Amino acid sequence: MRLTDEEKSILDGKQGEAARIALSVLVELGALFGAEELMPVSQVHIDATLYMVDAGLEFAEKIAELGGEVAVPTSLNPSSIDLQRWKEYRVPPKILSKHTRLETAYLKMRAIPTWTCAPYQNGIIPRFGEQIAWGESNAIAFANSVIGARTNRYADLMDICAAIIGKVPKFGLHLTDNRKANTLIQLTDFSNRMFENQAVYPLLGYLFGEMAGDQVAAIDGIPHHVNVDNLKAFCAAAASSGAVGLFHMVGITPEAQNLNMCLQGSKPETILNITPQMITNAEDRLWTVKNDLLDLIVTGCPHYSPAEFIRLEKLIKDQKVHSSITFWVFTNRSVYAWIKNNGILKHLSDAGIMVFTDGCPLQYPQETWHVHAAMTDSAKFANYCFSQRGLDAAFGAIEDCVETAVHGKICRREPPWRKN
Amino acid sequence: MEKKLKGCCVVPGIGEGKVLKTSQSISFWGGVDPATGLVNDPRHELFNQSVAGRVLVFPFGKGSSTGSLIILELARINKAPAAIVNVRTEPILATGPIVCKHFYGKEIPVICLDEKTFQMLQTGQNVTVNATENVIFINNPSLP
Repeated sequence: MRLTDEEKSILDGKQGEAARIALSVLVELGALFGAEELMPVSQVHIDATLYMVDAGLEFAEKIAELGGEVAVPTSLNPSSIDLQRWKEYRVPPKILSKHTRLETAYLKMRAIPTWTCAPYQNGIIPRFGEQIAWGESNAIAFANSVIGARTNRYADLMDICAAIIGKVPKFGLHLTDNRKANTLIQLTDFSNRMFENQAVYPLLGYLFGEMAGDQVAAIDGIPHHVNVDNLKAFCAAAASSGAVGLFHMVGITPEAQNLNMCLQGSKPETILNITPQMITNAEDRLWTVKNDLLDLIVTGCPHYSPAEFIRLEKLIKDQKVHSSITFWVFTNRSVYAWIKNNGILKHLSDAGIMVFTDGCPLQYPQETWHVHAAMTDSAKFANYCFSQRGLDAAFGAIEDCVETAVHGKICRREPPWRKN
Repeated sequence: MEKKLKGCCVVPGIGEGKVLKTSQSISFWGGVDPATGLVNDPRHELFNQSVAGRVLVFPFGKGSSTGSLIILELARINKAPAAIVNVRTEPILATGPIVCKHFYGKEIPVICLDEKTFQMLQTGQNVTVNATENVIFINNPSLP
């Protein structure tokens, strides 16, 4: 790799040990993936923010202790817990300290305490074509695909290194040629009615991720009225079932105003189809609950937007969550302040819905919440919750989740993609 | 008699162990327990098997960008794979072994094989992965 004199002096340790470690990692990654040089990024989103294992804490604390500070505006992915309402979230004091140590390390590095996995909905939002370095699989897919900003799928720890240096190796999805779709996935036999059930989007994302794997694929057939929260659900699901960093949605995402544009003038190497029957099968794969009893509803994976809160308030109106059910919504501090201000938070709380910020429902403290089975409208949560937490999952649209919460047992409208 | 497979170095180093192979992709986060090294995704064909000390062979990584952290933790507690063999290694997967080298000074070599060569590896074979030299030696190639 060609390095500038300044970069060489960093590698020689002349700008401190934190910068030396960070740049060594970036240069080695770049060399392995054929980058010829480093390039500046305007912002970073750090994913290594959950306290999960001691290795992550040791790394962040070491960088902070060595005087490492972020070189560009840097936002933070969720903590494992609600850092402010940790008592309500029943975080055992003995594990609280590791989360707050991690918080201290990042604040010392001068990162912005956004603590959200949906940084594209508020925070430092990149523009089309902007070169950035983001972690968090759903956010990477969203930034690349929906916004058209450019980031590789930066892993935990690499994101910290990029933030400290403000640069990344020039390779992969930063370069136009690598953003070309080589696989085309078409929807066949879908009717407009099937898109009225919002659960179709995470299910399509889940299937899309399985089919695209680590390739850049385009999907054709999504209706134009798809909204940003539908796209968010699609991204999260696709990036949990496949290594999807970038996709194109024909007629919807900015690098695919038409099919030819995202194919960059060539023909797709592979053409695949998604049918309604495949959606049904995907839904069955996500469903691990054995009977119709469950005790937890989870939404806000990724973090809830203001529009999603408005919809939830309408759905729960004049009803209450059944006494056997715990209902969690996860969001970020900004959205929380807004819904507190306009009264939504009070209405939800009166109905028995708990709203948390900062945290990740996949990391809830198990020793204090004795829950067994969860229903969710997030295919990402449903995909990971058994392997992460041993929780069985039921998957449904938010309307079904609310019905279930009110009645205390699984309620489900027949989805339009299922044949009777 | 040993058999030699040619590959392409992703992360240099030398590792030796028994092959644990799957044709499915692996997400370390949500797929491997960082406290034990056991595959904990019930949908995965390696469910309940340990990656610790094995030469882990799978086509490519998938899923969350937290995978690197899990690999670093597995290395910290000495439960990491002895080496990783892929068809394609994406940056997320490579990050764990790279950071591991610069932060803990521990090696987890990673090597890529073309699809045909990839088929030559089977679970249970004893192999030496020399990623630095771009080769894998199968130490007991007669294994059925």
